[in-house]
Amino acid sequence: MAHITIQNVRKSYAKTEVVHGVNLQVQSGEFVVILGPSGCGKSTLLRMIAGLESISAGEISIAGKVVNDLEPHERGCAMVFQNYALYPHMTVGDNIGYGLKVAGLPRAARVAKVAAVAASVGLTEFLDRRPGQLSGGQRQRVAMARAIVREPAVFLFDEPLSNLDAKLRVQMRHEIRRIHNQISATSVFVTHDQAEGMTLADRLVVMNKGVIEQVGTPEEIYHAPASVYVGGFIGSPAMNFMGGMVAPKQACVALENGSQIAIPAALAAAHAGRLVHIGLRPEALSLVPAGTGAFDATFDFVEELGPARLYHFRFEDVMIAVLSADKPPVQAGQPMGLKIAPEAVHLFAADTGKRLDAPALVQENVLA
Amino acid sequence: MIERTPFLNIATHAILAFGLLMLLLPMYLVIVAASHSLQDVVAVPPNLLPGDQLWINLQAAWAKGHLGERFVTTFIVAMGVMTGKIVLSCITAFGIVFFDHRLKMPIFWLIFITLMLPLEVRIVPTYAVAANAFLPFQTLLDLSGITWLVNALSGVEVKLEWNLLNSYAGLIMPLVATATGTFLYRQFFLTIPEELVEAAKMDGAGPLRFLWDVLIPLSRTNIAALATIMFVYAWNQYLWPLLVVTDQSYAMIAVELSRLVPKFSATGGEVPKWHIAMAGTLIVMLPPIVVVVAMQRWFVRGLINTDK
Repeated sequence: MAHITIQNVRKSYAKTEVVHGVNLQVQSGEFVVILGPSGCGKSTLLRMIAGLESISAGEISIAGKVVNDLEPHERGCAMVFQNYALYPHMTVGDNIGYGLKVAGLPRAARVAKVAAVAASVGLTEFLDRRPGQLSGGQRQRVAMARAIVREPAVFLFDEPLSNLDAKLRVQMRHEIRRIHNQISATSVFVTHDQAEGMTLADRLVVMNKGVIEQVGTPEEIYHAPASVYVGGFIGSPAMNFMGGMVAPKQACVALENGSQIAIPAALAAAHAGRLVHIGLRPEALSLVPAGTGAFDATFDFVEELGPARLYHFRFEDVMIAVLSADKPPVQAGQPMGLKIAPEAVHLFAADTGKRLDAPALVQENVLA
Repeated sequence: MIERTPFLNIATHAILAFGLLMLLLPMYLVIVAASHSLQDVVAVPPNLLPGDQLWINLQAAWAKGHLGERFVTTFIVAMGVMTGKIVLSCITAFGIVFFDHRLKMPIFWLIFITLMLPLEVRIVPTYAVAANAFLPFQTLLDLSGITWLVNALSGVEVKLEWNLLNSYAGLIMPLVATATGTFLYRQFFLTIPEELVEAAKMDGAGPLRFLWDVLIPLSRTNIAALATIMFVYAWNQYLWPLLVVTDQSYAMIAVELSRLVPKFSATGGEVPKWHIAMAGTLIVMLPPIVVVVAMQRWFVRGLINTDK
C-alpha cells in the first residue's frame, strides 16, 4: 500500500520541456488512469515514477519517501510494458521469477511463488514455454505475472493493451481490474484509449501538451469536462462544439445565425454577454421535425452502429453528430430539428477554453 | 529481386556449380598430390587420379613437421585468441551501446579507426610493443620528464620492461585487439529493444547481471559465429607468429607448414618433396574444417529457434 505524490514535476530533454509542472496525488490502493493523446507526456510521467527517466525538476514520493534519486527496483514499483519486454531466451517461469532471482530468493521459494502467480493469471500450463511460442494475450499475462510476483506497492502500466486485438483488449482490461482488486496495489495506468480509461479508472487524469487538464472520476470528467479539450477528448463519438454569446434575458446562448440554445437561467445570468463555446454531446441531442427543436441543421449522412445510429448534420460550417436510437425519416440535404435539454449543454469560455458552470466541482478535482 | 524463370534457374545453378568446382579443384589436386610418391607427383603429364601413398605421406609429414607439438601450440593460441576476442569485444560493445557518457562516440571512433590498420600494416610498431609491452608507458614517462625527475631525486632509473617475444601472450594479444568482433556485438546489441533493458532495470538487475543473464544468452549465435571466424583466423596466422617467435617450441602450424614446402635453393637442386608438403597441408587444414562444420550446426539451430 503506497500513495504517490507528484509535486511540480517537470521533464526536459536538452532545451525542450515535455512535462510542464505536474501535480498529482494518487491515493493508496487507487487505480489512476493517465489519459492523453500521443506526445502529451503521459508515458514520460509514468517513466519518471518508475525511475526510468530522470526528473528534471520537482519531486515524486512513493509512500511518503522521496524517490527522485532511487534506482527503479528500489522504488517498489513494477511495470508492464507495451511490447511486453519479456526475456526471449527464458521460459515463462524464468521470466516471471527473474526479479526474485536477482533479489536472491532461494530456488524453492521462487518456484512456489511463480507457480502461485502463474495460476492466478492462468499460465500454469505454459510455464515451460518460451515467450516466442505464446500469443499476444498470453505474453501480456506473463508480463503482468512478472510484475505481480514482486508484490509491488505500485503497479505501473505503460499502454499495456495497445498491441492486442479489440476483443482481447476488453478481456485483458477486466483481468487487469480484477488483479488490481486482488493485490490491492496502487496502480497507475497510461493509455490513449478513452474506453480503457473510463472503464478502469477510479480516477482519471487527462493530460494534454505536458500539463494536466483535469483530474476526476470518469463520471465527473464525462459529465463536467473542465475544458474544451477534455470535452472533445472524452466521449465517443466526440462532443460537438459551436460558438455563440450568452443572452441572459432569454436564458440561452445565441448562435451566429440567430438560433438560440437554452441553458439554465442561473448560468446565463452569471455569464451575461460572454462569448462562449457550447459543447453538445451527440447522445444528449435528439431529433425532432424541422422548426420544432433548438435549431435546424441539414442532414448529411448516417452511420449504423447497431443499437443506435450516428446521424451527421451540417450546421453553418460545422458538422454535428447525433447519436439516436430513433429512426426518423431523413433525407440528405433536408433540414431536421435538433433538441437538447438546457442542463445537458456544456458551456466553455471562448477565450480560455475553460468550463463556465460548476467551477467548484472542477476546481476541487484539479487541486486534489 | 527474385526471378522465377526456368532459364535463370538453370543459369544461376550453372554459375553456382562452376564456382563450387573452382573452389574444390585445388583441394582435389592437394589430395591427389598427397597420395602419390614423389616420382608420380612430378611426372609429366600430371596424375589426375588419387594414388595409394596417402597414409604413408601423412605419416611422413606428421613426423617431419613435428605436427603433434605444433598442433598443441597452435590450438592454445587459437583458443586464446578466440576466447580473448569474444570476451573483449563483448565487454567493449556493451560499454559502447548501453552506457551514455561523453566519451562514447570518441571511443567508438577510435575502435572504428583500428579497422583501417590491420596487424599487417602496423607490424613494425606492434613488434616494438611486443618486445616491451611497457614501451608506450616508458615513452610517456620519458617525455613527461618523470624518468629524469625520479632519477635525479632518488638515483633510480625507471625502466619498465615486459617482453612478450617468444611467449603465448605475445602471440595472442595483438591478434585479439581488433575491432571486427566489437562491431559484430555492437550491431547485435543495437537490435535489443530498449524496453528489455528497462524491464531488467525494473527487475533490479544491474548492468553486469543484465550482460550475463540477458545479453550473453541472447548473443549465443553471435558468439558461435565470432568463435568460428576467430579460430580459423588464428589458426591460419603466419606473418605475426613468424616475427614474434624465434623459439621453435612456440612455432605456429602455418609457419611450420611453410618449412615443409621446400624452397628450391634450400634443397640444393634436389626435387622438392611436394607430396609430403601436400600431405602436411591436408593435416593442417583439418581442424578449421572440423570447427566450421561443427559450428555450422549451431548457426542453423540459432536461425531456426528465432526467439524474437
